Amino acid sequence: MLSGALLAIDGLCVAYDGSCALNGVSLQIHKGELICVVGANGAGKTSLIRSISGIVRSSSGVIKMNGVDITGMPPWEICERGIAQVAEGRQIFGSLSVEENLLLGGALKRAKTGQSETLDFVYQLFEKLRERRGQLAGTLSGGEQQMLAIGRAIMSKPEVVMFDEPSIGLSPALTDVMFGVVKSLHEQGATVLLVEQNVAKSLALANRGYVLENGSIVLHGSSDELLTNPEIQRAYLGL
Amino acid sequence: MQKKFDRGLERTRWLAGITVFAVLGLVGLLANPYVISLMTIVLLFTFLGQSWNLMLGIGGQLSIGHALFVGLGAYSVGVLYVKYGISPWVGLLTGMILAGSVGASIAWLSFRFEVRGIYFALLTIAAAEFARIMFSGWEFVGAMQGLFFAAPTGGIEISMLRGDARFYYFVALALAALGIIGTEFISRSYLGYVWRAMRDDESAARALGVRTFQHKILVISLSAATAAAGGGVLALVQGSIFPDSIMGMGLSVDVLIGPVVGGLGTTFGPLVGSLAAIPLNHLMSALGDSLRIPGLNNITYGVVLISVIWFLPDGIWPAIVRLCKAIQGPPTAWLWQSRKVEE
Repeated sequence: MLSGALLAIDGLCVAYDGSCALNGVSLQIHKGELICVVGANGAGKTSLIRSISGIVRSSSGVIKMNGVDITGMPPWEICERGIAQVAEGRQIFGSLSVEENLLLGGALKRAKTGQSETLDFVYQLFEKLRERRGQLAGTLSGGEQQMLAIGRAIMSKPEVVMFDEPSIGLSPALTDVMFGVVKSLHEQGATVLLVEQNVAKSLALANRGYVLENGSIVLHGSSDELLTNPEIQRAYLGL
Repeated sequence: MQKKFDRGLERTRWLAGITVFAVLGLVGLLANPYVISLMTIVLLFTFLGQSWNLMLGIGGQLSIGHALFVGLGAYSVGVLYVKYGISPWVGLLTGMILAGSVGASIAWLSFRFEVRGIYFALLTIAAAEFARIMFSGWEFVGAMQGLFFAAPTGGIEISMLRGDARFYYFVALALAALGIIGTEFISRSYLGYVWRAMRDDESAARALGVRTFQHKILVISLSAATAAAGGGVLALVQGSIFPDSIMGMGLSVDVLIGPVVGGLGTTFGPLVGSLAAIPLNHLMSALGDSLRIPGLNNITYGVVLISVIWFLPDGIWPAIVRLCKAIQGPPTAWLWQSRKVEE
């Protein structure tokens, strides 16, 4: 199982000032898969993303990308290896124009060639962004900012895109649009790691899912298995 | 990319810039010696303010110890010229390399140990004070007695960067223009938007793969080197160097007043701020002398600074831009809105 995975995480532990945020998390993503990690607030979802991207140091465990150990690498090197993230709360650079935000995402060495084609692709995906390319990103609406954050991640030509709660702060209608975008990205061949609180919607999209509770994976399986699991139905779906 | 900046706005900006510098050029040709010497200082502090602005306004790193870099530039020119007769051009280059390296070292040490934000600013003060005290006791560089340049002989010597007050006015004008054009150029380049992104949200920039550690060192080093160039010319203009005035806390504050009053992170802010603050300071200083109220200039300074921060928290220049917007109606308003640096 481990050998074939694009991104493989084994026994990952993260601690902040002694308190444990992740406690021995293991998961694998294969090329072309869309998997989701669901859990409540404080379960360790964001810590998982931040440690994969190298922003937070793990205290133990191994993260492998394409079989290469990337644990402890600086964030820029991990980005160069093709792991992009759409951070929680979008983290748009408000005083930069829309296009500058996108170009910043495409500033990596891996994304330099064919940058204008990638930009075109992003503009095709999000027409609104093309219209507003010269506008300051801070003046965009919440939904548009989320599109920009996704576009920026695509600009780095990633092999894996990690979404950290993309539906947070969006209206139900926009949330559906958001999940639609994630789905179409996946259909176009992207490998996606989706971290979400919205259990029903993200499981409906994903091939497989992991349930994170108090820093540990308590359940994993195919989306159908999880959706029909009585524990999940009781705790997360309110059925 | 080519559509990013609107042509019409572009033309307005160029016209405005050229007009301002044409007027400043005329001032240099026609004004009386008092105005010339005052304006020389204004223009030098425009340049120094621009260098400081590069670090905080674009790079997001606060320095309250820029006197260190200004002083290193001044002493490099002074020591080489006064002691060895070496051309100030060499001194300027030496000062820039020296200050750039010192700036990079401070940044490296600081960020290596995760000292950032306001603690980094405290570190810059400590470094400047350390240097001031060291230079005050260092006989080779004149210690407290300072260094004196020989009075200019009257002729203009470009190779030695020596000349009369008018000559230095135009040197300062050239520096200020260079600072403004350079800032504009940088903020539109790749480095510019990487640095502004870093200023907006450092951890988000890091997550995107920006090597923030290296970029912070680069921007600080560049700011330090340009401050040293300004310091070298300042020493030539003043004709003397004393550790307390060229490396003191006071100078660090003088450097940041222009951009803070004029508009942080803007291209024209340091010029507008220096034009507003420095003549006022001199005027109040003279008024205080004649009225026998010592410190009147400092009190006025304080009042003006508090008023600007209270009423125009983003500075005078952005307020002027907003005013133009309001007067000229919707189409131009849209144009201004497409600007990024000034917002």
